[in-house]
Amino acid sequence: MEEVDVEPTITNIPAISDGKHMGFAWGPGDILVYETRYKASGASGSGCSFIHEIRKDEDIYSPILRKLFNESHHIFVGLQTIREDLPSKRDVNAQLVRKNPHSVFYSDIHFITLFSGTILTLICFLLKVSILLAIELIWNLCEVLFIDAAPAGSLLLHLLDWVRLHKADVDEKAREVLQSESPAEHRDYWDVVVSYVLQGRLEEVRQMLVKQANLQPAARSMYKQMDTLLSKMPFYNPGGTQTLTEFDVKWRHWHEEVDRCLQDNSFASNRHLELICKILLGDEDTLLDHKELLGTWYHFLVTRLLFCHPTVKLTELHYYAQSCMTMFLDSRSVPEPLDNILLAAFEFDIHQVIKECSIALNNWWFVAHLTDLLDHCKLLQSHNLHFGSNLREFLLLEYASGLFTHHSLWQLAVDYFDHCPEFGRVYLELQIERVPLETERKALKVLRVCEQRQMSEQVRSICKIMAMRALRNNRLGSALSWSIRAKDAAFATLISERFLQDYCAKGTFSDLDLIDNLGPAMLLSDRLTFLGKYREFHKLYGEKRFREAAKLLLSLMTAKIAPQSFWMTLLTDALPLLEQKEVSHQQQLVLGHGFLPHIALQKLHKKRLQEQKHNIPETRFADPISCS
Amino acid sequence: MFVARSIAADHKDLIHDVSYDFHGRRMATCSSDQSVKVWDKSENGEWHCTASWKTHSGSVWRVTWAHPEFGQVLASCSFDRTAAVWEEIVGESNDKQRGLSHWIKRTTLVDSRTSVTDVKFAPKHMGLMLTTCSADGVVRIYEAPDVMNLSQWSLQHEISCKLSCSCISWNPSSSRAHPPMFAVGSDDSNVTYGGKVQIYEYNENTRKYAKAETLMTVTDAVHDIAFAPNLGRSFHVLAIATKDVRIFKLVPMRKESTSTGPTKFEVQIVAQFDNHNSQVWRVSWNITSTLLASSGDDGCVRLWKANYMDNWKCTGILKGDGSPLTGSSGQPSAMSTVLGSSVQSSQNALNGMSAGR
Repeated sequence: MEEVDVEPTITNIPAISDGKHMGFAWGPGDILVYETRYKASGASGSGCSFIHEIRKDEDIYSPILRKLFNESHHIFVGLQTIREDLPSKRDVNAQLVRKNPHSVFYSDIHFITLFSGTILTLICFLLKVSILLAIELIWNLCEVLFIDAAPAGSLLLHLLDWVRLHKADVDEKAREVLQSESPAEHRDYWDVVVSYVLQGRLEEVRQMLVKQANLQPAARSMYKQMDTLLSKMPFYNPGGTQTLTEFDVKWRHWHEEVDRCLQDNSFASNRHLELICKILLGDEDTLLDHKELLGTWYHFLVTRLLFCHPTVKLTELHYYAQSCMTMFLDSRSVPEPLDNILLAAFEFDIHQVIKECSIALNNWWFVAHLTDLLDHCKLLQSHNLHFGSNLREFLLLEYASGLFTHHSLWQLAVDYFDHCPEFGRVYLELQIERVPLETERKALKVLRVCEQRQMSEQVRSICKIMAMRALRNNRLGSALSWSIRAKDAAFATLISERFLQDYCAKGTFSDLDLIDNLGPAMLLSDRLTFLGKYREFHKLYGEKRFREAAKLLLSLMTAKIAPQSFWMTLLTDALPLLEQKEVSHQQQLVLGHGFLPHIALQKLHKKRLQEQKHNIPETRFADPISCS
Repeated sequence: MFVARSIAADHKDLIHDVSYDFHGRRMATCSSDQSVKVWDKSENGEWHCTASWKTHSGSVWRVTWAHPEFGQVLASCSFDRTAAVWEEIVGESNDKQRGLSHWIKRTTLVDSRTSVTDVKFAPKHMGLMLTTCSADGVVRIYEAPDVMNLSQWSLQHEISCKLSCSCISWNPSSSRAHPPMFAVGSDDSNVTYGGKVQIYEYNENTRKYAKAETLMTVTDAVHDIAFAPNLGRSFHVLAIATKDVRIFKLVPMRKESTSTGPTKFEVQIVAQFDNHNSQVWRVSWNITSTLLASSGDDGCVRLWKANYMDNWKCTGILKGDGSPLTGSSGQPSAMSTVLGSSVQSSQNALNGMSAGR
C-alpha cells in the first residue's frame, strides 16, 4: 500500500532548548524524554532538569471514548462469532446491534454540563464530539454503500436517510418556528421550508405551507397547486409491486408536470414558491444558491440525485460525487480529510477510505473496526485487496495494543487479540505480562485470562512475581500459595525452609490454615511435603494420638525427606514419645535407634568440615547425608 | 503528541539514563551527580521520588531493572569502572507511610579496567544474569546462582571484542528455536577496523559464547543498539544508532546437522534513516516493537513506524523549543484539527458536520 507522504508531526518539549540532546525511555502508553548530553565523559551540565511524559493525542482515558470502546467491543465480538455460511451482507448487518447511533454519542453530551472545566477542556470535548460525529457519518455511509449496497431505487432512499440523520438542526429550527406566535411570519420560516424540500421531506413542507396559505387567502389557489405537486411526487417503494421502470416513468411524468408549472409561470408572483419549484426540478444553480442551508457537498449530492436521478445505481454514484464536490466547494477551498474520505467511499474505493481514515484519525479504533467489518462482509477480497485479512489483523493489533495500556480496558483488548489468528496470541503473551499487578484481585484476573488460554509460561511468571513480592514482605503463607500455583518447586522449597526456620526460632507455625490444607500440592517439593507432614505430626501429637504420631515421625525419618538442619528438632520431638505408653516398645526402639546412624553421620560430617578448614587434604568419600 | 506532565528530576547534574521497570509503575534515573533515584507512580499518575542515593564515585551512565521475578533489583554502571547491583529492602512501616524505601548494595563488580559503558540483564529465562561492557573492549557476563542471595555473583564469561564497547543488547526471545544471543556495539571511530557490531551466540556444547556475525557494513562508531521484541518471528530485528539509524534483519540460515559452530545469518538492511543529519546516540523499541525511537545530535527524538507492508517512515518528532514550562499537566493538542473543523465550526458540531464553508 503506497503511503501518502504525510509530514511527521512535531511536538515541542518545554524547558529543553532547541538543539540540546534528548534521552528517552519507552513506557506503557507513553515515552519519557529528558535533556542530556551524549558526548565525552564527566561532562557537567545543568541540574534540576525535567523529565517529560509524552502521550499520544487520542486519549484512551476520555470517558466518551471509553463508552465507544465498550460498545464497539460488543459489536466486534458479536461479529466474530457469526457463522461463516451466512449468505448475505444484510444478515451481517442484522446481526449487528444497530442502535440509533446518536444514542452512543449524545448521551455523553450531558458531560458538557458536568464538565465545569476550562474553556480548553470544553473545546477539546467539542472537538472530540465533532470527530466522533464525523466518524459516525463515515461509518453510516460505509454501511449504506458497502453493506446494505441497495439496488437502484432503494439506494437513494438510504442516502436520504443518511443525510437526514446527520442534519438534525433543521428540526430544531422548525420547532422554534412552530412554537412562535405566528410561525408563517417567523424570519426562519422559509429557511425551514426550503430545508425540508432539500431533504425531500415533503409532508413537513406541506404542513408548513398550510400555515402560509392561511395567511394569504388571495394566493390560495397557488398554494393549492403547489400542495398538489408536492403530494404527487413519487417515492420508490421497495416493498411494493411497482417495478423500477414503472417508478421511473411515473417520476418523469411528475417531473415534466413540475416543469410545465415553472414554464407557464404558475408561481411567478411568489418567489418562494417559484424557488421551491426550481428545487423540485433539481436546478443546479438554485441548489447552489442555498449552500448555507445545504451545509455540505454531500447533502447537495443527495438532493441533486433526489430531484434529477432518483433511480441512481451504486456504480453511477462516483460520476456525481466528484462533480458535486467540485461545484459546491469554492475554487479556493481545499477539500478536507473528511471530504476525501467520503469521496473515496462514493467512489467505492475501500482501499482509499481505509488509507484516508488511517491518516486523518489518530486512534486506530475506527479504522480497525471498519476494516474488520468489511473483511467479514468479504468486501476486502472482492475489492482486490489481496492483503485484506493481513490489513485487518494489522489494524486490530494496533488498536488493541493501544487499549492494553489502560488499567481496565485491557480486558477488551484480549478479545481482539483472540480473533487475530496470526499474531494475536504472541501479542497477547507479550503484553499481558506487563499488566501491573497492584492487587491480588487484579493478579487473579490476569491469571484467569492466561489460564483460559493455556499460557503456562505467563501463568508461571505472574505467580512467581507475586510469590517473590509476598516473600519480600515476609508474608510466607501468601508466598507459598503463589509458588504452588506457579508450580515452582524450587521456590516452594525455599519458602518451606523459611517456615521451618521460623518454627525452630519461635516454636510455632504461621499460616496453619494453608499448611493444613495443602492437599496434593504438598507433593510439589520434598521440603514442602516434609513441612506438611511435620505439621500433621504436630496435630496428631496435640490430639494425643501418639501411636499415629510416632508412626508418622518414623516414616519421616526413614523416607529421608527431613532436612539435615531439622534432625535435632525431630529428635527433640521424638523424646517425649519415648515416654508415652501408647507408643509400642518396638517403635520406641526404632525411634531411639533410628536416629543414631543419622546423628553419627552428622557428627562425622561436621568433623570433615573442620578438617577442611585446617587444610587437611580431602579424601573422596560418598556423602550419604543428603535429603531431598 | 503532547506533554502530559513534567517531573522535576532534581538531580544535581546531567541525567544519563532513565529506565522504566517491567510494569511501568516505577522508574530509575541516574546522573553525573553519581546518584540513582527511584520513582514510584501513584494511582493518579503522579511520580514520587521514593529513594535517592549515591551509587558510584563517577558519572553513572546506565541504570536497569531486573525482571520482577527476581524481586526489586537494579543494576548501575559508571565511569568509575564499576557496576553495582542494588536491592530494595522492605522498610519499617513508618518509612512506607512516608513513601520512602531503602536500597542496599548487594555487590560491586570491579573487573573492568575502564569506564563501564553499559549494563543489561539477560532475558529472565536464562536466570539472573548481568552483562556489562566497557571501554576496554570486554563484555562480562555474571550470574547469581542463588536468586535469594544477591551478594554472590560469579563471572561466567569474559569476552574480548577487541574494540572499545559502548552498548549491548540481548535478544529478548526465549524461543527454543535459537540459542541465547546478544549484540555488542563499538564506538571506536577508526573506520578501517571494519564491523562495529558483533553478534555473539551461546553454544550448548562448548558452553561458551562464540561470535556468530559481524556487521561489516557498519563502519562508523556505534552508540546504541537494540534487538526488537521477537513476536514469534523466525528472524531477528536489530536497530543500530550510528551516523544514522539502521534497522537490520538477521535471518538464521538452516544449519546442517553436522555443523557445531554458531548459526550463520543472512543479514539484510531493512531501513536506513539519516534524518537526524548527524550522529544518532540512542535507539530503543517500544514494548510491541511497532515503534522505534531514536535520538540524535540534532536535538530531536524521532519515532519510526512500519506499515503492514513493512515500509518504514517517521511518524513523529520531539524537539526542545526552550519554551517555559506551563506548570500543571498539559492537554492534548486541541488545535490539531484532524478533520479540518475549526474551533468556530465546532460550535456547529452538535448540530451536524459542516465541511463546506
